[in-house]
Amino acid sequence: MLEIKDLHAGIEDKEILRGINLNIKAGEIHAIMGPNGSGKSTLSSVIAGNETYEVIEGDIVMDDNSILELSPDERAHKGIFLSFQYPVEIPGVTTTNFIKTAINAKRKAKGLEDLPAKDMLKMIREKSSLLDMDRKFLSRSLNEGFSGGEKKRNEIFQMAMLEPKLAILDETDSGLDIDALKIVANGVNKLRNEDNAVIVITHYQRLLEYIVPDFVHVLHDGKIVKSGGAELAHELEDKGYDWLK
Amino acid sequence: MNLKEKLISSFMAFENNADIDIDSHVHDIRSDAISNFEAKGFPTKKEEEWKYTSLNSILKYDYSVFPKNNKSIEYKDVKIYFLHEIESYKIVFVDGVYSSFLSDTSHEIADICILSSALKRPKYKMIIDRYFGKIASKNESLTSLNTAFSKEGAFINIPKNTVLPKPIQIINFSTGTESEIMLQPRNLLVVGENSHVEIYERHQSLNDNVVLTNAVTEIFANKRAIVDFYKVQNDKKSASLVDNTYVQQKESSVVSVSTFSFGGKLTRNNLEFHHEGEHITSNLNGITIIEDKQHVDNHTLVKHKFENCESHELYKGIYDDASTGVFNGKVIVNKEAQKTNAYQQNDNILVGDKAAVNAKPQLEIFADDVKCSHGCTIGQMDENALFYMQSRGIPKKEAKALLLFAFGNDVVEKIKIPALKKRITKLIAEKLKVDFEFKM
Repeated sequence: MLEIKDLHAGIEDKEILRGINLNIKAGEIHAIMGPNGSGKSTLSSVIAGNETYEVIEGDIVMDDNSILELSPDERAHKGIFLSFQYPVEIPGVTTTNFIKTAINAKRKAKGLEDLPAKDMLKMIREKSSLLDMDRKFLSRSLNEGFSGGEKKRNEIFQMAMLEPKLAILDETDSGLDIDALKIVANGVNKLRNEDNAVIVITHYQRLLEYIVPDFVHVLHDGKIVKSGGAELAHELEDKGYDWLK
Repeated sequence: MNLKEKLISSFMAFENNADIDIDSHVHDIRSDAISNFEAKGFPTKKEEEWKYTSLNSILKYDYSVFPKNNKSIEYKDVKIYFLHEIESYKIVFVDGVYSSFLSDTSHEIADICILSSALKRPKYKMIIDRYFGKIASKNESLTSLNTAFSKEGAFINIPKNTVLPKPIQIINFSTGTESEIMLQPRNLLVVGENSHVEIYERHQSLNDNVVLTNAVTEIFANKRAIVDFYKVQNDKKSASLVDNTYVQQKESSVVSVSTFSFGGKLTRNNLEFHHEGEHITSNLNGITIIEDKQHVDNHTLVKHKFENCESHELYKGIYDDASTGVFNGKVIVNKEAQKTNAYQQNDNILVGDKAAVNAKPQLEIFADDVKCSHGCTIGQMDENALFYMQSRGIPKKEAKALLLFAFGNDVVEKIKIPALKKRITKLIAEKLKVDFEFKM
């Protein structure tokens, strides 16, 4: 589904990713772990198309086509979703209106009519109860004044609504207490199927107790230094990252 | 002959015009006003209040001071400038001359008519003597200039205990039959105790000839009166406007003035509120959305003189290209005005690389038991927010528009006429160049 080939990327003159290779197939969950500053968030931003970062070399291919020239919204239309580590507050736009705009933008790109209001509401009801969300958040300005946990839950709600093919969860566990973590992980698991894939980016092994990965990759200094199965996460938890440097 | 000299010499001809009233009281007001204008001249950037707005670019023309009105306009051609979706009273002027054909005035439950007839008729003498020229500044030279030439405009006199069943539209068209014209509309609005009125005002030129409008509106709100005044400024880029609005409020009245500045070459709004009683509420709202080299200057003044009064001020600005803006919000709380609650907020987004805003909140507080706050922000589009929205599939242009729309939405939400709210929403989408339905 997604193939990252010898990806070098950075910001201004600084190279942060220094040759990443990754192959993700439908139905798989990949965890990317690594210490602070290893390039985890840069990788997720580059896949989603953040223009702050520049791709120096290599390619990102989704369903046999390079996506490097696509804007972030075009990538979203192809099915890429990024759950932000720090979701942005957007005053004046309610969560409901925001998600409605996003869904209809995607439909428009596919040549479809707007989703009828009735269907939209039904979908919002279903997905918000899946995540055990307090509905009052839906009519509030997006993320404005939300706690860290509420923001992350809102990210997963948006993911549930947009039904991406590839979801990238960037440090979704940070700021979540254990109950919220379980709800979020449970939500992600329910949304999984054989046609979509998930990249879980995390510093700790904790989230991987609940979202069990098929593959674990360790990122260090802009390169994947080790790959393995779910057991690698436990090993990292015990030994830390130092032994891999 | 420069414009100032031309205006002063025209004044004699204007006053001698047999067609206008000879009421000595109004005559004196006009004479004093022209003297003040003669002494002061047009404001220049040397004056503190005009530091960031230069009139040079609009004073260089050879304006026709008494435009000839010989062009008839068809309602169907100008319908779009009216709030035509709803029932309303209409007071319409074409090149400064009353158009009975386009108007829908009334004397049934209130006098909704024109100043020229009010100045002439003895039955209005008491109202004119009591209110005309009473709060319009006698020191400000452009207001004086308007006062000197005051002859025509809306005259609205609402007796007490009257709730008008429909809004009043005051529309000033200029047809541009002459290449450069100057208009000086003068409105007088007196709202009786417990009465309620909604007003929609617009200045609109119908071609690309140069127009300078120097308008003065005096609003008197008696006890417990409610006045909602909406100014829609979306004129052609050849038209400039200096709008001077003076409000006097009595006990427990609520006056709201909302200014939507979307068009014009140069727009200067002077808005003043004077309190004459307790428990008064004054609301000042504004949205500016401009581009190219357009300039909008909002100068506001609220004078708190009595206890237990409130003022709420919220101005937002979106500046594209090399457009420029000024916000100068002065709030004065006198020593006697204890328990005042004064709130002021001015937020600006600079979209264009060459856009600039000069913002100056000015609070002068002499009372000690008050709640006063002010805030002012000038920023750019939030790139993180744009990326966030794009990553959800919303294209950049729409994402920008949605962010900007959300930015101005709290001002739009204050509009109480649903048809106008819809119209403003549509205008904003147009200004942001998106074909996008906003439902907040």
